[in-house]
Amino acid sequence: MSGLAAAIRVGMYGKSVLLLERHTVAGGLNSYYKIGKYTFDVGLHAVTNYVEKGVKGTPLTKIFRQLRIDRDSFGLCPQTQSRISFPETNLLFSNDFDQLRQSIADRFPNEVHNFDKFTVLAKTNKEYSKASARGEIQSFFNDPLLMEMLLCPLLYYGSATENDMEFGQFLILFNSIFLEGFARPYEGIKPIINSLLKRAKEVGVERKMGLGVKKLGTESNRVAEIVLDNGSIVTADQILSSIGAPETQRLIHDSDRCRKSEENIGKLAFIESIAVLDQPPLDLGFEDTIVFFNRSHQVKYERPNDLVDYRSGIICSPNHYDYGDRSLKENIIRVTAQASEPMWRALSPEDYQKQKQLAFDRLLETAASVTPNTSVEKLKTSVKFRDVFSPTTVTRFTGRIGGAIYGAPIKSSDGRTEIENLFICGTDQGYLGIIGSMISGIAMANAHVLSAAS
Amino acid sequence: MTADQVKKIILDIIGEIAPDEDLSDVKPDVRLRDQLDLDSMDFLDIVMELRKQHGIEVPEADYPKLASLDSCAEYLTPKFAESAA
Ligand SMILES: Cc1cc2nc3c(=O)[nH]c(=O)nc-3n(C[C@H](O)[C@H](O)[C@H](O)COP(=O)(O)OP(=O)(O)OC[C@H]3O[C@@H](n4cnc5c(N)ncnc54)[C@H](O)[C@@H]3O)c2cc1C
Repeated sequence: MSGLAAAIRVGMYGKSVLLLERHTVAGGLNSYYKIGKYTFDVGLHAVTNYVEKGVKGTPLTKIFRQLRIDRDSFGLCPQTQSRISFPETNLLFSNDFDQLRQSIADRFPNEVHNFDKFTVLAKTNKEYSKASARGEIQSFFNDPLLMEMLLCPLLYYGSATENDMEFGQFLILFNSIFLEGFARPYEGIKPIINSLLKRAKEVGVERKMGLGVKKLGTESNRVAEIVLDNGSIVTADQILSSIGAPETQRLIHDSDRCRKSEENIGKLAFIESIAVLDQPPLDLGFEDTIVFFNRSHQVKYERPNDLVDYRSGIICSPNHYDYGDRSLKENIIRVTAQASEPMWRALSPEDYQKQKQLAFDRLLETAASVTPNTSVEKLKTSVKFRDVFSPTTVTRFTGRIGGAIYGAPIKSSDGRTEIENLFICGTDQGYLGIIGSMISGIAMANAHVLSAAS
Repeated sequence: MTADQVKKIILDIIGEIAPDEDLSDVKPDVRLRDQLDLDSMDFLDIVMELRKQHGIEVPEADYPKLASLDSCAEYLTPKFAESAA
């Protein structure tokens, strides 16, 4: 996503740009794939940062402006309602921020005032704080349960560090998830990718699919040549890399650099099950668009000591968006939980298949157990097609080391690397998710290619 | 090129980069940022469009000179005259 957005920006202003994608399908972590007669999105639960038409100055609007893409081409449909589910209580939220506030007023009456104060800060804050989010929010709230409940979705939707995140990132995510909201195109991620591809073509981006970068040859601290998978060599004044910071370092084939970057490999990886059901999720007791659940005392957001940590995660039903008078052809429940990439990688091929199926079952059981009025048996028998992807699947198709979809813990906020003409965009510049990565691609192309040209 | 023509060019560019803005009542002496929803990304685009459409270069240090329509006209009119010559 970030690579596409960056390429469009560069192309728009008449510079020649080559977009290289190793995979044969565009979209990266948010691509789509075909299996059996189904097409599934890789990483689309929700497009965050959703605001209604006419709302200005937010990331979503910036993308349409900067890329000169018609908003309608994304076909965004708003969520119905989402939930933060803890053993003690639930909080409900939707694209109407008042719903979250009301939910807090009902469950944590003594905290509403604090929540309002916090909201003002989240709306107006301009400075990025690297302090611990867990530490900072304690100065606003008193109830540890409420703090955990607010942290849970924000960790899951964008923290590259274990158990905490920078307060600046917390505020960004608070805006994109609570103050703005969730949406999804009726057809999934495809219309968004197609819209970007069409725009890239219009502005003259040269795009090569199924052709990756094998090596970056450096000379006096500049990338002098780019060696492609097929052995051919290209050169460029500036290189923007969206593949991740440690992944980019590895392309330089310098042992010192690689060793240093190994320490910056993300530990957070996930497993996701996709179940196609023979009846609407609603009929099985699933009411919400997205549920962030946690069943332990404190949210454990860290690499588990097991293949999968079933104590917390996400349940998503793409059926629960407001598609107007349409409804999705298939009924789908997706369940995500944290997984240990090294443990999945260590499995033999037979064990790997076996564990994937076991994980699928346990993920469904978990989803049923945290959802009231749901029967595990009924849910299991209603499954007519299943797919699971593990951290190793993510690495195989996107090249993300360690299956770390949120990338490296240490971000390059200005996009610079030690190499003069090599820049990082997307996840490891610090902006992630569908909208975040596009914003990053735009900002990095502006800063390092367009402004640099004058 | 007259100052009014320069202002018109700037307004046309803003219309292109921010089609969702209402440009019917832009006051020439008020900062653009104060009456329209434009941020630094949008200002970069104004500069980029000036270069692309009219071959006019605005160095980054001079971006503040594009604050209002009046200041744009004052700063850009000589540049347009130069590039026409
Ligand atoms: C299971 C899952 C669920 C998610 N859910 C959501 C969600 O609900 N909402 C949301 O907003 N975000 C979600 N995300 C996150 C979102 O998908 C990513 O943050 C975003 O797509 C990252 O974009 P990027 O441009 O930074 O990186 P990438 O998508 O990783 O782009 C990098 C591209 O580079 C290619 N590449 C790698 N190596 C090379 C090479 N050597 N040469 C050439 N090309 C190469 C890769 O194939 C890839 O296409 C989810 C992700 C996953 C995996």
